[in-house]
Amino acid sequence: MSPKRPNREDRRTVGLPLSDHPRMTCRNVNVYYGEKQAIQDASIDIGQNEVLAMIGPSGCGKSTFLRCLNRMNDTIDNCRVTGEILLDGQDIYDRKVDVVPLRAQVGMVFQKPNPFPKSIYDNIAYGPKIHGLAATRSQMDEIVETSLKKAGLWEEVKDRLPQPGTGLSGGQQQRLCIARAIAVSPEVILMDEPCSALDPIATATVEELINELREQYTIVIVTHNMQQAARVSQRTAYFHLGDLIEVGLTDRIFTNPIHPLTEDYITGRFG
Amino acid sequence: MIVPLLLVCILVCSQLAYWLGARRASRKAGAGGLSSLHSRPQYYGMLTALWCGLPALLVVLVWFFFAEAFLTSTVMEKIAPSLNLATPEEISLAENDLKNMVAGHGIMAAANPFLQQAAEDYLRLKAIGEKALFVVLLCLMTATSFFLWRRISPEMRARNHVELIIRAFLILCSTLAVFTTLGIVLSVLFESIRFFQLVPITDFLFGLKWSPQMAIRADQVGSSGSFGAVPVFAGTMLISFIAMLVAAPVGLMSAIYLAEYAGKKFRAVAKPLLEILAGVPTVVYGFFAALTVAPAIRSMGTGLGLSVSSESALAAGLVMGVMIIPFVLSISDDVINAVPQALRDGSYGLGATRSETIRLVVIPAALPGIVGGMLLAVSRAIGETMIVVMAAGLSANLTANPLQAVTTVTVQIVTLLVGDQEFDSPKTLAAFALGLLLFVVTLALNIVALYVVRKYREQYE
Repeated sequence: MSPKRPNREDRRTVGLPLSDHPRMTCRNVNVYYGEKQAIQDASIDIGQNEVLAMIGPSGCGKSTFLRCLNRMNDTIDNCRVTGEILLDGQDIYDRKVDVVPLRAQVGMVFQKPNPFPKSIYDNIAYGPKIHGLAATRSQMDEIVETSLKKAGLWEEVKDRLPQPGTGLSGGQQQRLCIARAIAVSPEVILMDEPCSALDPIATATVEELINELREQYTIVIVTHNMQQAARVSQRTAYFHLGDLIEVGLTDRIFTNPIHPLTEDYITGRFG
Repeated sequence: MIVPLLLVCILVCSQLAYWLGARRASRKAGAGGLSSLHSRPQYYGMLTALWCGLPALLVVLVWFFFAEAFLTSTVMEKIAPSLNLATPEEISLAENDLKNMVAGHGIMAAANPFLQQAAEDYLRLKAIGEKALFVVLLCLMTATSFFLWRRISPEMRARNHVELIIRAFLILCSTLAVFTTLGIVLSVLFESIRFFQLVPITDFLFGLKWSPQMAIRADQVGSSGSFGAVPVFAGTMLISFIAMLVAAPVGLMSAIYLAEYAGKKFRAVAKPLLEILAGVPTVVYGFFAALTVAPAIRSMGTGLGLSVSSESALAAGLVMGVMIIPFVLSISDDVINAVPQALRDGSYGLGATRSETIRLVVIPAALPGIVGGMLLAVSRAIGETMIVVMAAGLSANLTANPLQAVTTVTVQIVTLLVGDQEFDSPKTLAAFALGLLLFVVTLALNIVALYVVRKYREQYE
């Protein structure tokens, strides 16, 4: 326990933002939407095979930060990112870096399940087809099967692969989207409130899935649900109005927060 | 004219009735407050106003449509014996004279004294009638609104009554459109049946020669006419096909550019500019086709050693294609914009490029709407007349060569009906048969389109 607690006005990151075996390294990241600054000077490491949860009140910039990690913000017109974000030592905002392979390495799962209006099979095969991962039909079948198995959906859909993905239930759709992201064999998976549109049972299934996926992938998850962060993550980062306030082991953050703002949020006094 | 004055009068009275009804409702609510009323006081007011206005409006409408006929027949009855009118033609002639005199532009001096007398009678009766109408309306409005006003009570379900009246009014409006369609179809159908009594239907449907000129008198030299619709329809299809060949790719591609690639500023300028194309009158496109495009094609063709007629299907088709670009563009742009952003994000998130996302996700999702837009454009192309009249000619050649002159169904209908025509010769009646066939073809096209669109919907959603 740090003897000197920061005061409420102090916005420097406290806790353990850095890691010994980082997969992604973010240093002094600033994000602007036009004139408005959405993220101020955030520095954090994302370790190998860990689940990092990002929590914080609405509008605090956690989704914005997540979208920086695979340059999804490029599709927003007036969005500008400064600072350094490295994936395995390579700056992803470098001019020479192509977003196509980057987004294959850093996959994304969205808040609302968004399966394509295609068959279940084609939903999974979409990414591998674009990146040319399968030379033959049987290789593609294999990719589809393993991806669905990893996402825990295979048993439920193996008999109806040609049916539309939009016909599945909400939880199944979200797992289909996770399988779709897995199919291009990413290293990091970003999840933007993946359970906010799901019922408790589907949420539990997806959380179990996240726990299993940790063995192979690095996962960054944005969530509004603090119990969920506590259940699935090893480390937690707390954002507040564009500032990265505190990062630490999840157990520690929820039992013994350092920063008073973090404490306010997790005890429900704010947000 | 008295009718506008009466309408204003009805409006004012209805307003008054509204106010009285609403006030009575408020007063009836009494100590219980407004919540003791079934509906809010406005609804009682509205109901009173409707009871006041609607019957009065009905009476005015009856007067507007039937007064003249009634007055004429009354007056004519009086003078008919003295005029010795025998045939229906003579009667209608006399009626026309009477109307002219009433309107004030008959030559009074030369007029028949009986007719003059009748005209004076007519005007006198009309003046009395209008005064009477005014009094009747006032009484009617007072009576109907008083009847309702008396019955206003907290239990009265005024809101439901008002909703019922509004619903009835809306149903009336929609049936009007349905009956108009029905009327058009039936009128075309009956004339076509008359045509098919003169010309066998198989000759019309399968005949390969279209030459509608007929000898008018028995001693005239001339052909007996032949009415094979195939060349005319072939011409329509050829020109529409050429037009769609231009409009479909250009329209769709520009829609994709505008919706997915173009910046806000460019879009704000380009879209209205492209939509101006839709506002150019087709006659102007006709000039353009006949004076600019057709000669250009001809000189280019002769340069290449091809024989091109000065009026060609190609010229008409190309210009028509340009004309329907905005239809394809506008509808495609709308449906592409309606594809949810989440689908694009999902595709980008997997590392797809913009064109892959458009080709594999956006276009398939927007396909039903795009197909719908295309079919609308085809109907426009089939129905277009002016450009073809000016640029493609009138000769009904059965050919698939776009460099020759062809003609279309709509153009033939126009040429058959323009000018002085007798309405019992096959030549004129053929126009209706063509119209009917065109209607059936377009209808079939729309049904097929609906079927295709629905099939895709089921597959995708």
